[in-house]
Amino acid sequence: MSALLDIRNLSVALKGGPRLLRSVSLAVAAGEVRGLVGESGAGKSMIGKALLGILPRSVEVVDGQILLDGDDLLRLPPAERRRRIGQRAALIPQDPLTALNPAHRVGPQITDRLVDILRWPRARAEARALDLLAEVHIPDPGRVMKSYPHELSGGMRQRVLIASAFAAEPALIVADEPTTALDVTVQKQILRLIAEMQARHHTALLFVTHDLGVVSKVCQNLSVLYAGKVVEDTTVRDFFRAPGHPYSAALLAATPKYTDPDGSLTPVPEAVIAAVRAEVEAAETEWQHGRR
Amino acid sequence: MLFLQRLLWRLATTAVTLFGVAVIVFTVVRVVPGNPIAMMLPPGATDADVARLKALYGLDRSIPRQFLIWGWGVLHGDFGTSISLRQPVLGLVLGRLPATLELASMALLMAVLMGGAAALTATRHRGTRVEAGIDVTNGVALSIPDFLWGLLLIIIFGVLMPVFDISGRVSPDLKLPFTTQFYLVESVLRLRFDITADLLGHIFMPALALAIPLAAIIGQVLKQSLKETMELDYVTLARTKGYGETRVILREALRNAILPTLTLVGVQFTFLIGGTVIVERLFSYEGLGNMAIDAVINRDLPLIQGIVLCFALIFTGVNLVVDLTYAALNPRLRHA
Repeated sequence: MSALLDIRNLSVALKGGPRLLRSVSLAVAAGEVRGLVGESGAGKSMIGKALLGILPRSVEVVDGQILLDGDDLLRLPPAERRRRIGQRAALIPQDPLTALNPAHRVGPQITDRLVDILRWPRARAEARALDLLAEVHIPDPGRVMKSYPHELSGGMRQRVLIASAFAAEPALIVADEPTTALDVTVQKQILRLIAEMQARHHTALLFVTHDLGVVSKVCQNLSVLYAGKVVEDTTVRDFFRAPGHPYSAALLAATPKYTDPDGSLTPVPEAVIAAVRAEVEAAETEWQHGRR
Repeated sequence: MLFLQRLLWRLATTAVTLFGVAVIVFTVVRVVPGNPIAMMLPPGATDADVARLKALYGLDRSIPRQFLIWGWGVLHGDFGTSISLRQPVLGLVLGRLPATLELASMALLMAVLMGGAAALTATRHRGTRVEAGIDVTNGVALSIPDFLWGLLLIIIFGVLMPVFDISGRVSPDLKLPFTTQFYLVESVLRLRFDITADLLGHIFMPALALAIPLAAIIGQVLKQSLKETMELDYVTLARTKGYGETRVILREALRNAILPTLTLVGVQFTFLIGGTVIVERLFSYEGLGNMAIDAVINRDLPLIQGIVLCFALIFTGVNLVVDLTYAALNPRLRHA
């Protein structure tokens, strides 16, 4: 069976500089929830950005394929690629406070994709938006549709963004640390909401996070990223039982446990980092050689 | 209702501003050397003649007392009589004001169109040679003042390729069937497009001369603001929805990026109105500014006072409009 999303040997680099993603391969099946974990700077957000076509201007894809529904997005003409992404994929962003346009009302920010890209009649798009706002447990959806973002709380805005992500019934949603910017009390609700929406719509979810606790609650499979490379690709169950890669094991050991509140925090051992580093540097030297 | 409060507050501060301007102008024109009496009398006039004329215009009294008399008149709609033209100041100013307003508005329109187009094009092609070219053009446009642009335009469109009129507001042989002084507006309303064309031929160069530096400022500030906005999260999110670059700029970024530009345009527009004084002179355009220069040359005190008050009123009015537009464009301020 071919996967919904199939990323093959994707390399992304700073223009004229080092690689940020090094031959990353990653597949997501229809309806699958895959966690993408790693520490800051590991490149986990970069994968979602490359796939959605929103890499920063200083960064470019240097190698590889991103197959969505079997077509390589990187080989499609730009307009067709944008349309395809808008139709089949969506993003739940990290910071709900900055992800809504302050100059537009909330309603049009949910319906815009439906009306402008998918050519739905406005009335149908608005009815759909009202349904979605009810689905994400927003009381009085009609009023919220007419509100400006600054009139809503952070949690409410993230609910709006989740509704917006599901608007076009996409096959794949990238959730880029969707709870990081939220209040701890709201985090749990939003997490539960994303899981609930995913289950109802059978949408595949690529869940980018640095929080293994979140992964254990939401995901079925996960990819562990370190220094721009996937070091482990496994099911959540196997990962927590017996992580395969030494870095994964160290990462798991470093997670603070509620069962042992007095225990000191365990950093990832220097030896593990050094081993992975050496591996990275060897690969990078080889890549640079191949480029010349 | 907060909107109304804001408006009333602004009107109150406007009154104070105008009073301050009146005091300063009134005093300054009386303290600087040169007086209107000397301009009016032939050489060889006796001291007695001077004294008699001074008494006639009330210039023999103390400055505070003169101010009170003049101020009392102004409050009753009497701005005095022009010494050099021997007509009521109010009528003279109101007769010329429409010409200047039309010129300034035309210049503003041109500046917004040119500056806006430059900013959007540069943003669309940011990081390329197109942007660099627009930056250079903006720099050149900005470093040459409006009256020099006027001279350049006269050389280009008046002498080398005489397509536009260099002098006056309208061709003198045209019969104008108008009841107001807003020629341009009225010619359009009356569907006399032959006159509209003639008026445009005359207003084009002075308006362009005034517009070029302002267009450069608008272009530069709006571009900067657009480029910053283009990096924000909600713009990135819009990209994932399937919008192309142009749509993203116009739909997501422009409305937010326009706010800082608007404040600046308000301030710069008042400078532009100041610029009409010399540019009107340059093109013999029969507006307020041209009359102001004559008034100063003739030491026509009541006329200078009237014109300056009128300019002050325009400045404060422009600022008020900018404030209100800002509130209308920014939903966060509307209810605050």
